Amino acid sequence: MQVSYNDKIPNNVNLSDDKRLQRALERWLPAYQTWWNDLGPIDSQQHEVYLRTAISVDTDGWAHFDHVRMPDYRWGIFLAQPEADRRIGFGTHKGEPVWTELPGEYRAELRRLIVTQGDTEPASVEQQRQLGKTCPSLYDLRNLYQVNVEEGRHLWAMVYLLHAYFGRDGREEGEAMLARHAGDPDRPRILKAFNEPTDDWLSFFMFTFFQDRDGKFQLSALAESGFDPLSRTCRFMLTEEAHHMFVGEYGLARVLERSCALMREHDTADIRRFGGIDLQTFQKFINFHYSICLDLFGQEQSTNAANYYSMGLKGRYHESKIADDHVLADLGEAVPFVENGVVRTQDVSALTAVNERLRQDYTKDSQRGMNRFNKVIRSFGIDTELYLPHPAFHREIGAFADCYASPDGQILDQATWNKRQAEWLPTEDDKAYVRSLMQPVTGPGQMAGWIAPPKRGIHGKPVDFEYVLFH
Amino acid sequence: MIDFRTDPSRYRHWTIKVDGSVATLAMNVDEDGGLDPGYRLKLNSYDLGVDIELNDAVQRLRFEHPAVKTVVITSLKDRVFCAGANIGMLGRSSHAAKVNFCKFTNETRLAIEDTTAHSGQTYMTVINGTAAGGGYELALATDHIMLVDDGSTAVSLPEVPLLAVLPGTGGLTRVVDKRHVRRDRADVFCSLTEGIRGQRALSWNLVDELAPRSALSDRARVRAAALAERSDRPMDADGITLGPLDRSVMADSITYGNVDVQLDRAQGVATLTIQGPDEAPPAETSALAELGTGFWPLAVSRELEDAILHLRVNEPTVGTWVLKTTGDPDLLTAHDAWLLANRSHWLVREILLYLKRTLKRLDVSSRSLIAVIEPGSCFCGSLAELAFAADRSYMLDGTQEDDDRVASLRLSGMNFGPLPMGNGLTRLESRLIGTAGAAAELTSEVGKELDAGTAEGLGLVTFAPDDIDWEDEVRVAIEERASFSPDALNGMEANLRFVGPETLETKIFGRLSAWQNWIFQRPNAVGDKGALKLFGSGRKSEFDRERV
Repeated sequence: MQVSYNDKIPNNVNLSDDKRLQRALERWLPAYQTWWNDLGPIDSQQHEVYLRTAISVDTDGWAHFDHVRMPDYRWGIFLAQPEADRRIGFGTHKGEPVWTELPGEYRAELRRLIVTQGDTEPASVEQQRQLGKTCPSLYDLRNLYQVNVEEGRHLWAMVYLLHAYFGRDGREEGEAMLARHAGDPDRPRILKAFNEPTDDWLSFFMFTFFQDRDGKFQLSALAESGFDPLSRTCRFMLTEEAHHMFVGEYGLARVLERSCALMREHDTADIRRFGGIDLQTFQKFINFHYSICLDLFGQEQSTNAANYYSMGLKGRYHESKIADDHVLADLGEAVPFVENGVVRTQDVSALTAVNERLRQDYTKDSQRGMNRFNKVIRSFGIDTELYLPHPAFHREIGAFADCYASPDGQILDQATWNKRQAEWLPTEDDKAYVRSLMQPVTGPGQMAGWIAPPKRGIHGKPVDFEYVLFH
Repeated sequence: MIDFRTDPSRYRHWTIKVDGSVATLAMNVDEDGGLDPGYRLKLNSYDLGVDIELNDAVQRLRFEHPAVKTVVITSLKDRVFCAGANIGMLGRSSHAAKVNFCKFTNETRLAIEDTTAHSGQTYMTVINGTAAGGGYELALATDHIMLVDDGSTAVSLPEVPLLAVLPGTGGLTRVVDKRHVRRDRADVFCSLTEGIRGQRALSWNLVDELAPRSALSDRARVRAAALAERSDRPMDADGITLGPLDRSVMADSITYGNVDVQLDRAQGVATLTIQGPDEAPPAETSALAELGTGFWPLAVSRELEDAILHLRVNEPTVGTWVLKTTGDPDLLTAHDAWLLANRSHWLVREILLYLKRTLKRLDVSSRSLIAVIEPGSCFCGSLAELAFAADRSYMLDGTQEDDDRVASLRLSGMNFGPLPMGNGLTRLESRLIGTAGAAAELTSEVGKELDAGTAEGLGLVTFAPDDIDWEDEVRVAIEERASFSPDALNGMEANLRFVGPETLETKIFGRLSAWQNWIFQRPNAVGDKGALKLFGSGRKSEFDRERV
């Protein structure tokens, strides 16, 4: 049967002319669809969802809106348009033309980078698969599904690179990506944070705010890559990642808005009685998600990160805007360490500290979100401030892995930590309370009591539009 | 000074847990527990200190735990088995330190294989996370490798692509010569930094068994129990404790109960004098428990081993070891006979194996070995192996002034099989390899007092000077030796010692180590832009493209 590849898989990589790639993807596609049905959003196959589909990378093509069934979603393959005469911007190959084919010398490193990034994409779909059952509104349910299909597309994007450039190895990695599952004790996802279930909507918004922001920074660093197909893929993915962070940030802002309104209305911070999420619980969720996301950046001093940089494979955030030599061989960078119960910093080679640098950029970006949240709180005349905990707090990787610390960065003994951690991290009670709020609201325009409605709908549609049609 | 003596109460990196017939030897390296503070032992990477503990543990499991029939090597770290030798350590080590480190770690892995083959204590590995380089090589030394099949854990030998050196702890050799991985597949495997996981690792015979993560410990238990079935070790025997090894290290001497070392650093000579037993062996094997480490053959094995290891690492410029013995040949003959008569007893077997391994350490020591056989010496049976291990031997012919004793050499059953070299031959077979059956014919000489003339005639000693020439001949030989290039001597001696067939062991020490040691000297590895030097810095190595 003649298949029109451009219809089935929207793309700008000449898929219809590439027999090798067609064959590879044809074999992978059924496995992907099985995976989506088995581990994608639960009980959603018949829903028609008002989704945005990218059908080209042009301004008017990347955001095509329509009601579609998710299994029929057209997961496309898009790379940002090539830049003429693009040069490698950092490392030992700085100034050389970018690689448009896989450099054999760096096969293993690139494969590892792509597999590690790719593995997180389906992981988040798996982590979030139960959420459809407890949506606070149709608007939010649609946003969840939009995030899910785009994470699926990001998996596609990475699998495309593996299939197109890595031969049999790449095909095997593509299969392995569908064989590992979030939280599976036998075949877990590669990064630990991607094995925790996201089973309530507060966690989902936190996830899209914090974890997807990690994704933004990782993709930004990969967008600098001298391997041009990877760079172009990541640049296009970033446009979608921005929407995921919007879902997170706006979701959290709406939760805060509702909480503050309840606090004002009843003149108390203890709003659980009124079905709201109190700011203390909100802060605890921030503490948890932010700290596990810091772990995603890896060790403060990392040989791998240094190698990737020197090899020209993974740069820093907005590399070209940084005023230094982009080689880093002779530059220093401060990284933290713990000495006698006090957090200090030491200067190490900037090359080995690129992870730390990216983490600091992430923190700055996250803080800007915090500032916007605090503005929401202040607008209600409430003087509580939300904050990001100190990087030493609740860490499992890096300089702080072996110590206990309070959110303000005091190093604690284990007994104190055990006694006080319930003040800082969500307790079972907190989680149970949040879960108790998670009752599905599916009438058009209706909204759960713990979250404020959005100011406007999607793509010009009203808030009470039927974003999801159940069949 | 590096001290090879340790015990479990002082371990920082390993734990031994015994449960019936199965012991678990678990690696949990203390990152800050390196011998040198200049590197951190991340991800269960190891340095000499970690391996000294491993060697001690392997030894203790044999002697102190007779009921243990299977030893499971695994890691206590999550998703990490062992990342191999610490690269920071290798990068900052002197060439000599690297070579010594590799030699000792190779000996430890061979000791693990020796245990599996001869002690009824089978080693298996449970790889619960990344096993890279030396980590996988450690697994290769065990008889059964179980790998977690979790879609990401791989075994790898990434030395060539990552560090520009070799998997030198037996890795290259064992992959093709022990596990019989096809050589083209081995070529692929040894050039993949990311290694091979799951089904392919199994089908290429890089591992023996796969297990899902959730079933790993159950499967390991089942496998360990099955491996224990094939053991003949007793369930009800008492082990003997390897108590602290007493020694006194002075400026120019090291003294043990039965071994004395005199150092002449100016000359570069160490004289090792080994004292034979001073009492008869016990009547019954049941007395061994009480004798413990005081039993002469065990005591002398421990002491000689420690002296060898100490001199190798701490006295690198002492290039010649003169080997002497003293004692009563009759008592030694009685011990040899007793050991051979009781060799089916588990502990006697262990003692014999220990003596074998200690003598092998001598064979692979990069020192000139000169045996001096004088009146009053005790080169008899097991101690005569020292003379046969030596690069040359001098035996006094006749008597000296004011002393009517003559030097003698005596053979025992010990010289005909229980103490083979790494090439699988006895030292006598190696010596007399040119004449078929010559070594076997010497059995007719067992028990006889062989004087210098006879010994020389039988090919058992190199020279037999008389009283008039004796002192000068020995002195000149030692002085002349000290004047040669130590490197050339190392190469010459290692080539001449191991005649005859190749074995896994001779390939590891002869071929693999020699290549590795050459590569360790080359700028592509250790030059300022070499891969080993730059590893961890993020800088890219630059190679001299010339094939040599």
